[in-house]
Formats: sequence, C-alpha cells, structure tokens
Amino acid sequence: MLVRVIKPGFYTTIQDLGRYGYQDYGVPVSGAMDHYSAQFANALLNNNENDAVMEITMTGPTLEFYYHTLICISGADLSPKLNDLNIKLNSVIAVKPNDILSFGKMNYGFRSYLAVSGGFQTEIKLRSRSMYNNITSKLKIDANNHLMINEFNQTKTNKHAALKYDSERFGSNILEVYKGPDFELLITVQQDQLFNKKFTISNLNNRMAYQFTELFDNNLKPIITAPVLPGTVQLTPSGNLIVLMRDCQTTGGYPRILQLKESSINLLSQKMTGQALQFKLL
Amino acid sequence: MDAFQPTYKPYGERSILVEWPPEINENILQDVLSFKLNIQNSYIKSKIQVTSAYNSILITYNATIDNINDEVLSLKVLYSSRGVLQKSAYRHWKIPVCYDDEFALDLNELSIEIKLSKSKIIELHSDTIYTVYFIGFLPGFLYLGGLDKNLHFPRKSTPRQQIKKGAVAIGSNQTGIYPNESPGGWNIIGNSPISFFDVSRNIPCFAKAGDKIQFVPISVMEYQNISTLVKEGVYQIESEVIVG
Repeated sequence: MLVRVIKPGFYTTIQDLGRYGYQDYGVPVSGAMDHYSAQFANALLNNNENDAVMEITMTGPTLEFYYHTLICISGADLSPKLNDLNIKLNSVIAVKPNDILSFGKMNYGFRSYLAVSGGFQTEIKLRSRSMYNNITSKLKIDANNHLMINEFNQTKTNKHAALKYDSERFGSNILEVYKGPDFELLITVQQDQLFNKKFTISNLNNRMAYQFTELFDNNLKPIITAPVLPGTVQLTPSGNLIVLMRDCQTTGGYPRILQLKESSINLLSQKMTGQALQFKLL
Repeated sequence: MDAFQPTYKPYGERSILVEWPPEINENILQDVLSFKLNIQNSYIKSKIQVTSAYNSILITYNATIDNINDEVLSLKVLYSSRGVLQKSAYRHWKIPVCYDDEFALDLNELSIEIKLSKSKIIELHSDTIYTVYFIGFLPGFLYLGGLDKNLHFPRKSTPRQQIKKGAVAIGSNQTGIYPNESPGGWNIIGNSPISFFDVSRNIPCFAKAGDKIQFVPISVMEYQNISTLVKEGVYQIESEVIVG
C-alpha cells in the first residue's frame, strides 16, 4: 500500500486543508494553496474534503504505485501521464501495481493536486498532515520516499461523477479583495491607485507569500505586531506589497491593507512569476 | 466598568478583529486576555478559533460569517457583560540560560556598544521578570515584554542565515528565544537548553500569554546536564502557579 517517489519534482508536498487550533502557539495554518482544486480532486474520489493530497508545483514528480487505487489530478495542467500515456485532469483514473505516474510540460496554472482514494496516509502532527518545517518530520517530498496510501475500497460508488471543474478560473487576472484592518491608514488617492494599477508577481513567491515587482509608494508606519491571515496583503515602508499565503506567520508588523477573498487565494496560488494581476474591491 | 472601548472590524470572510488602543502595556494585555477567555468559554470550541496579540483578538469562524453586525453585537454584549475581570491563573517560569561565550555570539560586541560589562548585561537580563504577551513569528516564539532599557539594541544589519535552536537574543526593545533553528537578525547573548515548542505534545508550548518568564544563568556544565534530561524527556521546568 505504497507509492514510491522516483523523482520528487520541483517542490512537492503533502497537504490537507490546514492545521487549525494552534495559531495561538504561532503555528501557521498551512494546507493546500489552492483549496478549490484539492477539494475537487478529493470530491471526485468520494474522499473527505480534508483528506491529504499531493501538492505539485510547476514540475511534477515521477511516482510508482505498488497497489491498486484510484487517483484524480486537479488544478494546473502539467501534462500528467500514466505509463507514458496522457491522462485527463479532473477525472477518476484507475492505477495498478507498477504503474508509473509522471508529468511533463506545464500548459496552464502553477500547482497541481494529486488525490488518491482515501487520501495519503502520511504522519499527522498537531491534527494535520500538512507538511511544514519543524512540525512534520519532512518539509517536502524527496526521491525514494515511500508514501502510505489506503487499500482501495471497491464498494464506494462515485456520487460526484457529474461535478464539473471550473477551468475558466485560470483565465482570470482579478484578485477580489476586502478592505484589510489597516486600509483606512491609506489616503484616498492611494486607495484608488491600489485598484487602478496592475501588479506583477515577482520571483519572491512561495507557500509563505507572494510579492509584487511594482513598489507602492507610501508613508505608513509599521503597526504593533498583530494577527494576520492567509490572504492578507501587507504594505512595507519600502513599498513592497506582500500577499501572505497558506504557510504565513500568524502575526505581523506591517499594515494589513487588503484581504483576499478565499477564492482569490486559490486563484493566486495558480499564478507565477511575471504574471500581472489587478485588485478588485468587493 | 469598561476601561476600554475595543473596536470591531471584519477581516476577510470568516474573521472578526477586535482592537484595543495601539499601545503595549499590561492593562491592555489583561483586558485582551480576559475577553479572550470569555469568548472561549462562551462559544463552542469547534465553531471558532481565537488568537491574540499585544492589542488585538482575532476570532475566526469555521464558516463564512452571514451577518457581521449580529456577530459584532453578540461580541459587544459579551464584552460589556463580562462582570468581574476574569483572570486565569498564570505561571511564573524559570528558564535556564547559559550566557557563556560558547553560545553568546554577540555578547562581547553588545558589551562594547552599550558600555556595560558582560556580567552586568547578564544580571540585568536575568533579574527582570518578563511578561508573555503572545506567541507568534515562529511556532513557540514568545513575545516578551519588560526588557531593561539599558539593554535595548538594534537588530543586526545583516541577519544570520542560521541561528541555533534555543538562542536567547535581543532585538531593539525586545528579548526572545528562538524555538527552533531559523534565520534571524537579533543579537545572541545566550542559549537555553529547554524546548519551547514540542510537536509531540497536545499543547506544544508550555507557556501561554499572560505567563511570566525569568531567565536563570547556568554554567556550561549545567547546560549539558539539562540538555541530556531534556533529550530524555525528564526535565521539569521550574515554575509556580500564581492565581490572578
């Protein structure tokens, strides 16, 4: 009941929907960057929505299955192949012992999600399987790791076969936002500018935060360290806009000027360096 | 009865942020912690999550908030009906710290810059009783209030790539302990052999907001002994309960 990692890919982790209840101890929420795709892949397999999936970034891994199971891949299209034959995204695929799952060219999106029937059975730390440094024993998946999966239960019926994945979302460059707790510190002109300009994702983007290339001139002072959330947009004195993502710290000292809608955190997770986006106030 | 009038703001789809005046002081901390305890006792734990910092409380609901005004109203009622300030018992923790040169990478430089002898710095640092305001930045990183003004010193201009687990450090007007190996820009003056974040425990940090911390200077030999006990899981941190 194992999956062997032949090649790990660029940055591959195991994630569920996050580690809740420990933020007061400074523990990040973590969890799948794109909840929508992770939940979709699980739903097609009749898994629980919080079952652990493999989050695959940009370049996919090569995996060998040792057992019969069902899989579903959602999110970015990284040209998945089973034994060198192309397979479809967002559909249930049966795999058998010695099948090799691999990935190729990235066609759209940035993060792909692999769900297996029953979810990946990696270690649970503080009630979550989401990998995070100093919490789980592994920060990411490496070559020759063996990942436990459940025995496939054939009696399950697929209630969700009619679900349709919203692929149109990849075409959107709009981040829907609410005002952040410190939005009113900006003067009106600055508030308007935030929604009229386009911002390009810099090469500083990862599971903790996404930064933009354009600087946003401001004279805001740091705030007294206060709670932040995934999706919070911070503004630094030097003008960097930082969008906090799933692995962000629990507190921060920069003004929190915007807050991304949950679906916009999911969308931003599918964007990469060089792509331009615009904020839209809800 | 209400010493403060906290403000309430929606924060995303599922959270409400309660804010006190932008100051760091123990009166605000006590009010924050008392309200936090009240919220935790009044709501079903599985439905909400409450975190706090210097002058704010964040309440995150498990589902999207349907009517923000209703939720804010019930929080306001809860705040003003809280009666006698609810104060939970807190603990006073004695944290062993070795200030030996082996660990205190920046103590020499600090001593020259602030013109205090190393022993005076150690004395000032370990005489103070610090208040835990909250835990943030890293899992198990305690935000401590109370650093002696004479020990205030700016962060290093270039942060270190790797700071050892347990490093005790000073960064501008704060002092803290790195709970795990991490990059960091604070000035390192010692190291504590005890574990500030233990993922194998249901409650991963022994200390909580409102607790008191005091550093106890130890020798390299004592450091090694305590390290061994910590590794074997038998070290008991010295503490006493103080009923508020």
